Amino acid sequence: MSALKPTVDGLEYRPSIEGQPPRSIAPSAMARTITTILLVVALIYFLFPVLWVIFASTKNNHDIVSTFGFWFGEKVDWSGNWALLTGWQPMFLRWVGNSIFYSTAAATIGTLLSVSAGYAMAKFRYPGRSVMLGTIMAGLLMPVAILTIPMVLLFSQIGLNNTIWAVIIPCMVSPFGVFLGNVYATTSVPTELLEAARIDGAGEARIFFTMVIRLLAPAMVTIFLFIFVGTWNNFMLPLMMLSSPELKPVTVGLYGMMSYYEPQKGAVMMGALIGVLPLIVLFIFLQRYWQSGLAAGAVKG
Amino acid sequence: MSTATAQTSKPRRRWSRQARHEAVSGWAFSLPFFLCFILVFIAPIVSAVRASLFKQQAAGGGLYGNAGGEGGKVDVFVGLENYVVAGTDPEFWKGVGRVMLFGIVQIPIMIGLALALALLLDSFLVRRKTVWRLGYFLPYAIPGLIAAIIWGYLYIPEVSPFADFFPNMEGNPFFLAPSIALWSMANMTTWTYTGYNMLIFLAALQAIPRDLYEAARIDGASGWKITTRIKIPMVSSAALLAVLLSIVGTIQLFNEPTILKKLTTWMPNTYTPMLMAYQTSTGLLTPSGTGPASAISILMALIAGVLAVAYFFAQRKVNQ
Repeated sequence: MSALKPTVDGLEYRPSIEGQPPRSIAPSAMARTITTILLVVALIYFLFPVLWVIFASTKNNHDIVSTFGFWFGEKVDWSGNWALLTGWQPMFLRWVGNSIFYSTAAATIGTLLSVSAGYAMAKFRYPGRSVMLGTIMAGLLMPVAILTIPMVLLFSQIGLNNTIWAVIIPCMVSPFGVFLGNVYATTSVPTELLEAARIDGAGEARIFFTMVIRLLAPAMVTIFLFIFVGTWNNFMLPLMMLSSPELKPVTVGLYGMMSYYEPQKGAVMMGALIGVLPLIVLFIFLQRYWQSGLAAGAVKG
Repeated sequence: MSTATAQTSKPRRRWSRQARHEAVSGWAFSLPFFLCFILVFIAPIVSAVRASLFKQQAAGGGLYGNAGGEGGKVDVFVGLENYVVAGTDPEFWKGVGRVMLFGIVQIPIMIGLALALALLLDSFLVRRKTVWRLGYFLPYAIPGLIAAIIWGYLYIPEVSPFADFFPNMEGNPFFLAPSIALWSMANMTTWTYTGYNMLIFLAALQAIPRDLYEAARIDGASGWKITTRIKIPMVSSAALLAVLLSIVGTIQLFNEPTILKKLTTWMPNTYTPMLMAYQTSTGLLTPSGTGPASAISILMALIAGVLAVAYFFAQRKVNQ
């Protein structure tokens, strides 16, 4: 708080604080308090299940039932639950590894496919372009889960079910990615730059891989993240496509664990926590990028 | 005359070479995606339409046992029978009704909450916005199935820290009672997606030029008026997108009922249409097989499409 400063003519003035609104419209303390209370209540709602999982994952089946939910049990038994989890589901770590592999592969390939298609539709005029764009935008509103059963049928006819491709191929196709790539390419790849490169004799492939990809980098991080999360979250598709336990992603593995008659709940909760952690780390790590990407999608859409 | 054609034909030939170059490059860059799109979006629709016209029947026992496809079953062409069976099944329409009721209640609550939080965070009442934003968004980073498991455990009294305070209802723990379970699922969806929608609104709000507020202030508008007359109308296109995506999401309700089914004894295999389609394809419901399951999927896709288009036009009419 800056002190009042008298001026030469004897008047006093309060300088505005940098980044804050003028004092004439500054909110009252009352309004500020009510807002904070509302925001805190909302924050508690959104965070308490996560906190609860963290506590529950340290407890054995006895403590989870008998001790207070929002604190640790009689002893913090991470290693006990870990032993329980891996003894009960020896492949658990492999499932996490599978999830990481499927998500990374689908997101890497999917990002490249989407930005190149989005770029093509933004910067080239070619026959069939608007039909293609319209079809893909309709795909944005297609309920993907409804496609799952037909896709399982189709993939088993061409012999792709129960392979890694059965998960990777469906997940890497992202109409949202094309939409975002298209919006980004329209606004942030200057046509003059492309023309200059062409005059200098660069081929289209070289222009794309050396220049355009760099200009589209923020959009690509967003698309990567969204395909990654989408693949990690997918449950019905791998549930129906995969039958070998060694191919399962972590979501299907956890579903199997909680389907037991008397599941080890502490171990399930530890599994849930481990199945979530990589995503949270990724989101916090890359938050600058996905927020700007979401902004572009929301505003220009 | 002839010179004129010569003059115009020259640039036209050049234009057409450029056009050919554009067409080739455009196709080259978009074809890889489009081929995958056909494989993942269009081919399944075509094969579903085809499959929905067939029924899997046991390939006659005895002498001819196992004569046909896998598991001794053959595909028999039945025309629209699968659609008739699904369309006249009261359980299917009960499922559709549940999903619609779910959407009518849950979508406005979620969108309203997301908009309210976004407006608060966009206002000058709040500092350190990043913490709030990340906190509200965090549930989105939790896979739907894992969220359903977590909330499922929060609903059963043996494990939950607070379910003990609620009475049993209809012979079930409160949150899993037949009349409450739909709203327990609505809570899971709201929890997961509110933060995501809030970010979309926040992005749209922050794109509004600040001068608009200044001008309104000078004209004497209050903060409330600025919110209702400027901010909310300016985010209506973001709201349209959010609602459309929510409708599409609601139609696909699958993870939540799948998990709650494990925790209850009463929940039918037909609780939501997607659950019904899945159980039909795995043979837990009769008539079973890919034919009837495809028919249910196609009916649901049509219903989703009709709802989305209807909402789109209703929204446009309101805005005019």
